[in-house]
Amino acid sequence: MGTVTNATAAGAAGAVIRTEGLTKIYPGGLTAVDHLDLTVERGEIFGLLGPNGAGKTTTVGMLTTRVLPTSGAASVGGVDVIAEPARAKQVIGVVPQTNTLDRSLDVRENLEWHGRYFGMSARAARQAADRLLEQFRLADRATADTLALSGGMAQRLMVARAILHRPQVLFLDEPTAGLDPQSRLALWEILGELHADGQTILLTTHYMEEADQLCERVAIMDHGHILALDTPAGLKRSVGADTVVRVTAAGDLEALADLLKSKIDGATGAQVGDGLVRLYLRGAQGALPKVISAADAAGFTVHDLSVTEPTLETVFISLTGKDLRD
Amino acid sequence: MSVESIAPGGASHELVQLRPAGRASLDAFIALLARDVYVIRKTFSMFLLRTVMQPLLTVFVFTYVFPKVGQGIGGRQGEAAFSTLFLPGAIATACIFQGIQAVALPLVQEFGYTREIDDRVLAPLPVWGVALGKIASGAVQAVLAGVVVFPLAKFIPATPVRLDFNWPLLLTIGPLVCFTGAALGLAIGTRADTRQVPLIFSVIVVPMTFLGATYYPWARLTPIAWLKYLVLVNPLVYMSEGLRASLTGIPHMSLLAIYVALVGFGAVLAYLGISGFRKRVIS
Repeated sequence: MGTVTNATAAGAAGAVIRTEGLTKIYPGGLTAVDHLDLTVERGEIFGLLGPNGAGKTTTVGMLTTRVLPTSGAASVGGVDVIAEPARAKQVIGVVPQTNTLDRSLDVRENLEWHGRYFGMSARAARQAADRLLEQFRLADRATADTLALSGGMAQRLMVARAILHRPQVLFLDEPTAGLDPQSRLALWEILGELHADGQTILLTTHYMEEADQLCERVAIMDHGHILALDTPAGLKRSVGADTVVRVTAAGDLEALADLLKSKIDGATGAQVGDGLVRLYLRGAQGALPKVISAADAAGFTVHDLSVTEPTLETVFISLTGKDLRD
Repeated sequence: MSVESIAPGGASHELVQLRPAGRASLDAFIALLARDVYVIRKTFSMFLLRTVMQPLLTVFVFTYVFPKVGQGIGGRQGEAAFSTLFLPGAIATACIFQGIQAVALPLVQEFGYTREIDDRVLAPLPVWGVALGKIASGAVQAVLAGVVVFPLAKFIPATPVRLDFNWPLLLTIGPLVCFTGAALGLAIGTRADTRQVPLIFSVIVVPMTFLGATYYPWARLTPIAWLKYLVLVNPLVYMSEGLRASLTGIPHMSLLAIYVALVGFGAVLAYLGISGFRKRVIS
């Protein structure tokens, strides 16, 4: 890597996160991230989608100086995060998976002191804190104990804290895990606003809806590798189907998959997983009766059928043969 | 210390200007320390309680109750001297307790379940700087503890405490004592987990305080030679003896030994603490 450009080239489009061959092998031999090459553009909202253990958190850990890479290079905002972690911390904002709010301080003080850590004067920190409390609808909780906050409010406060020092990249690790649906929507809204304001955001998630709704580009990760990287629409197109039929039936599912693939017009593929067959179709009208009769004729009893459009989960399944939740 | 480019209220997204790493680190270090001082001020009654109770009771029982009920330590003669020789020991013990209470126990908690430390580690300074900040904060609290304990140990005893301030010694040994106590706290806090907290007291704190030349000058251990040399592994010995040299006219171990041992223990414990801290926050 070596080229550490001046991070003050603000506003100029270009890569703000860049990794080359980034690898993390934990003591004990677990390869969490394997030669990751990734580029995130300034102003982009980028998602790492994958199941638990895919290497998303380790990737964010390395980009945010908390995990030491085994090999490879990584820079954020032009700062080499491996060679200059202390400097890199100036340009990143992080919302980790766990609640790391300062329990000894109240809501406003959490923001104020964060600003002080980042070199702001007491007055500037206070102003920034008050502005963010308004923006994140926490103003009426300004003097509340952090322990008294709901999960959604605590998460909003952590996001506010992470952007208070105006980082080049905001990292969020599974930001909505454990949040109720309403809080999740509220957080999505906030992230959307930040993105509209020009904030570069990298988030990890194992919720496909989150990646789909929020992210401009999504990298699908599994076992430390990026399996596919595109816009959500592009990823879904890559499945090569516009309809997915899930067939639950008794008997040899592999045989059923082969049968349906060959007998149904417009079938682009079929896959067995989670105790059912997924049949991918393109431009196929009125396929359901044909699926039933084809299965019936071959002696399969169909218990259930459902039709969906391809989702990012479909993409993940077509890439790995397994469910995101596994 | 304000940064122009951090313009609160700005609508469009302006990015932070990179500051020189040294300056940013120093600002962050000072701010982390200021935050700790702010929290102490905010919860001062708690600080006072946890700092005062232990020395208050020891001072009260050993130097007030015992002489009054005729169980004075060291007989009639020793009794008068005991209050004086115990005062430095009480202050040194308070510093050790502060290291445990202000540094070790909160760290065990933060590493265990609150993970607050994960955020502090993201402040723009090297990780060792965050760890050093924990020692600095513990040392500040140890100074405060010393200042709080001093009047207790001076005014509660039934027999007069004869003080003989040696300021050059106090101003050099005092900070070393506080630093060593806080560094010990960091070393323990980064190596113990929640389940081991009870052990911290029974295996480390209690033996240290009873065998730390707190209730007797180290030289008086001569009749028990093995113990006299065994306790030299206890940093509290040098803390008590150092403060004894600084505050009283009671004979103490050689100043050279005190300085060398305090600097040595301080450095080793700080190294253990900082490396332990790194291991806990960086994977």
